[in-house]
Formats: sequence, structure tokens, C-alpha cells
Amino acid sequence: MLDVSTTAPLTGAPLVVPGEPLIAFQDVHIGFGEDEVLRGISFEVWPGETKVLLGESGSGKTLIMKLAAGLLRADSGKIWVMGHDLGEMPEDELLRFRRHIGFVFQEGALFDSLTVEENVSFRLREEGLPEEETLQRTREVLQFVELEQAIDMYPGDLSGGMRRRASIARALADRPPLVFYDSPTAGLDPVTSQTIITLILRGRDIQGVTAMLATHRVQDAFGLAHFRFERESNRVVPIKPGGLPRLEGAPAADIEQTAGSTRTSVLVLRDGQVYFEGTAVALLHPADEYLKKFLASAE
Amino acid sequence: MPETHEPPSLFSAAVDACKHMIFSLQDYSLLVVRAMGNAFTPPSYWGDTLEQMDLIGVGSLGIVVVTFFFIGGVLVLQTAAQFQRFGETTLTGDAVSLALVRELGPAITALLVAGRNASGIASELGSMVVTEQVDAMRALGTDPMRKLATPRVVAMVLTLPLLVAAADFVGLIGGYVVSYFTLGLGAIQFWTRAVNALEFGDLVQGFIKPLIFGMIISTVACHQGLRVRGGTQGVGRATTSAVVISSVTVLVVDFFLAKALLYIFRS
Repeated sequence: MLDVSTTAPLTGAPLVVPGEPLIAFQDVHIGFGEDEVLRGISFEVWPGETKVLLGESGSGKTLIMKLAAGLLRADSGKIWVMGHDLGEMPEDELLRFRRHIGFVFQEGALFDSLTVEENVSFRLREEGLPEEETLQRTREVLQFVELEQAIDMYPGDLSGGMRRRASIARALADRPPLVFYDSPTAGLDPVTSQTIITLILRGRDIQGVTAMLATHRVQDAFGLAHFRFERESNRVVPIKPGGLPRLEGAPAADIEQTAGSTRTSVLVLRDGQVYFEGTAVALLHPADEYLKKFLASAE
Repeated sequence: MPETHEPPSLFSAAVDACKHMIFSLQDYSLLVVRAMGNAFTPPSYWGDTLEQMDLIGVGSLGIVVVTFFFIGGVLVLQTAAQFQRFGETTLTGDAVSLALVRELGPAITALLVAGRNASGIASELGSMVVTEQVDAMRALGTDPMRKLATPRVVAMVLTLPLLVAAADFVGLIGGYVVSYFTLGLGAIQFWTRAVNALEFGDLVQGFIKPLIFGMIISTVACHQGLRVRGGTQGVGRATTSAVVISSVTVLVVDFFLAKALLYIFRS
């Protein structure tokens, strides 16, 4: 578990403590009114890992993402992200902290009065980057999500899939080391969903992004666990045995990094608690009745 | 045996309503302090402020001009009959001038701007809240209060006095036109009386009131917009509340301001 003493002041680059998780939740509770939605959530995310949060609607997946991004505060428990204790940070420090993360909202949450270019370059302009560099980086990231042709369009003119791609571009524009994807494939057709998963794979395998992904689609978790993006052929290929290097310091049992797998782990939420934590392979062959039912309903 | 819920007593409902009102007031006070305080610390969004000044000032100028031309005119129609009884029709200029500069200019311009812009601000910010755009802004490391509320508050506070000045001037033109055709007053008679009737205290009243009204309208609108809950229905409620609360507050504050300013500048 992360040592509290490693909590660092927020100056300069975010702190990644070697041998320690990038995100750590410790007995986190949050509720609204009399309803307690999260009841003692604990888990860790290691640098380079992709943590997939699975669960039914209302199970608290989005809440966990928002808590980890400092958009909400826990009622009790501890949350450390990149060495910072989020519960101890005032809002202005949290704003600076969030400049080191990316967040893809469920519906995209693009600024509807700004063009795609203005949306994607929003953070770059806020940071005062020279205009030429801003435009160059915006074009690069739009090329990355294959949305360069929509650069001058407004969000209202985009399809659902294009909006998600623009949202991913906005989250990746500043090359953050940590990205949260909140149900990025929800409400999309299978082909567009696959495109979005491919983009997440590209972010992970080309930019080396650590990620948390909330979804109710089990196939998203398996897609991330068993495929990788190959830069040379520019396409998604199955992972071969030993295809990716091991994560330093991470507990091997919890994260799939053995032969034929990626650095992906799965967390299933039920009734505000962690019901299952482990690899996608372990999830595929569950002994538990609820998990069997959950997988069957996903099919 | 099914669990039965007793309806809340009248007392507990009243306590809850009081608590809610106090929390709202606390929330609003914090917004006012932060929105105003942000104006004096970097980073500043002057581009957004200018855009808002254009939306509020230039956008409202048309309705203010038309409204005040006829307000000036109707003031003359209503007062002329009284002054004619005493053979003092030249006092029409005084009456129109004092009524416009001291009271009608600031109050009615504020009500017009509240109707047009408080609703616009509340619905715009409310829509951003329900579509998670405000959360997205926070996730991108930008303070929504600084980026969204402060430019609107600063723009409103700077623009409303200018609109009031335009309203007073157009109202006087309306008054002159009507007094020329109905009372046969000449330009020199009307304008000399209208200008000479005004004292320093009247001008201070006419300037201070719109500053305060602008602050009230913009902060109430931002507060209502940023605390929207309940989707598009919530946006509708916030829009209505923004107009109603800001208009009523302006009129209540106007009374106390008038009392205080008349006391300070009593001749």
C-alpha cells in the first residue's frame, strides 16, 4: 500500500513513485443523501496498467473515475493519485493536478460553442503554448484519432462516434500519463465501439498511457486484455506470448502480464463494493454465480 | 409488514426549508466573493469578458433605446397635464430628467437586462452543467468560476452603467419630442431645465445603482445556472428563477439604495 509520507507538494511534474501504484483507493466511501453508493472500495492501479471497471448501471463506476480525478470528494477513505492525497488538496491545487490527467466523459462533454480544433486545443491554450505549437499538436492528435477532416466542425455537427473521438483527442492532446475513460463505447454501434477501443489501445501501446476504463461491455475488457496496437503495421493484433514487458513492482497475480496477455486488470463492482478483482482470463472462467450471470447477460 | 413512512411534520418541513435557504445564501455569497475576487488575480479571460460585454451591452442596446424613447414620451404625457394646471409646463424637463436619472433609468434598464441576459446566462451555464461541460472544464484544469462566472460578472458590472447612460439620454430625447409636439416646448427650454435640474447626488445615484444591479443580476444568473440539477427541466427552472430572483432583488435593493443615497446626498 502507498505510504502516506510519499505525498508530494504539487510543483512541477507529477510524481510517479517507483515501485508504488499510480492510483490507490483505500476503503473509500461516498453517498448522496441517505444512499451510500460506494461502500469501502480499495484497489490500486500501477503505472502502465489498464484497469477496467465493470458493473451494472448505477454500480458506481463513474463515481470511482470522478473521485480518482478529484472531481468529487470521498466521504471517507483515502485516495492517492500520482503521489498526491486528493482528500488533502484544496480546489486550486486540484485544478493544477488535473492538468496532468485526461478525462473522457461518457457523452464526450465537448464544449458545444467551440469547434473541434478549439475543443482539442483548449488545455494547450490555457497553458499558454505558442499558437503555432498549439495548432501543430492539435493537428497531430486529431490525426491520431483520424478526425483531421472535422477540425473546423462544431460538436453538434458530429456523429456520436466522432464526438467520442474528439473527446479522446482532447484528453490526449497534452500527452497526460494517466487517462480516465468513462463508458467510451456506451450507446455506440459495434463497429464504432471497436474504433474507440482501437484508439484506447493506440493510446496505451504508442503513448504509454496508464488508464482506467469504466464500461458495462465485457468485450471491451477482453479487447484490451488480448490485443495490442502494432505501430509498424498500424493495426490491432493479438498479443503473442511475452508480447509486452512486465510491469515493475506490480503484483503479478492481479494484473495480466503473463503469456498472451496485456497489462490489463478487471474490477467488477456490485452493491458499492469490489466484487471481483483480477485478470480478464480469470473473469472468463468464473466459479461465481453472479459473475456467470453477468457474463451471460453481456453476451 | 411493509415499512410505513410518516409524512414530515410542518415544523420539520419549515426547518428543512430554512436550512436549504441558508445553504443557498452561503453558496451564493461564496460565488459572489470568488467571482469578484477572481477579477483581480491572474489568469484573466479578457477575451471572454469583451465577448460578454458585446452580448450584454450591444445586444441589449436596441431594446433599451426603444423602451426608453417611449418611457420618456409617456412621462411627458402623464406629467404635462398636471404642470399645465399651474402653467408650469417648462418643469416637464425637470420631471423627466430627475425621474429618468435617479430611478427609471437604472431600475428599468436593470429589469430589461435581467429579462434578456439573466435568462441567457442561467440557461447557457445550466446547459453546460447538465451536459458535463463544466465538469469537463474542471477535468481540463480550468476553474469554471474564473472562466465562466467572472467574465460575465465583470462584463455586466461594466456594461450596465453604460446602458443606463444611453437609456437616460434616449429617454430625454423621447420626452423632448413628445413635449415639443404636445406642449410646444422649445429645445432650449426643455434641455436647459432637464440638465439644470440634475445635481451631483443625482448623477452619483444614477451611476452607483447600475453597478450594484449589474452585480446582482450577473451573480444571481451564474448561481442559478451553475447549481442546476435535474436535466433540461432543471435548466428551465433555473432560467425562470434567475429572472424572477434578480428582478425582485433589484427592486428591493433599489428601495434601500435610494433611501441611503437620498440620505447621503440630501440637500
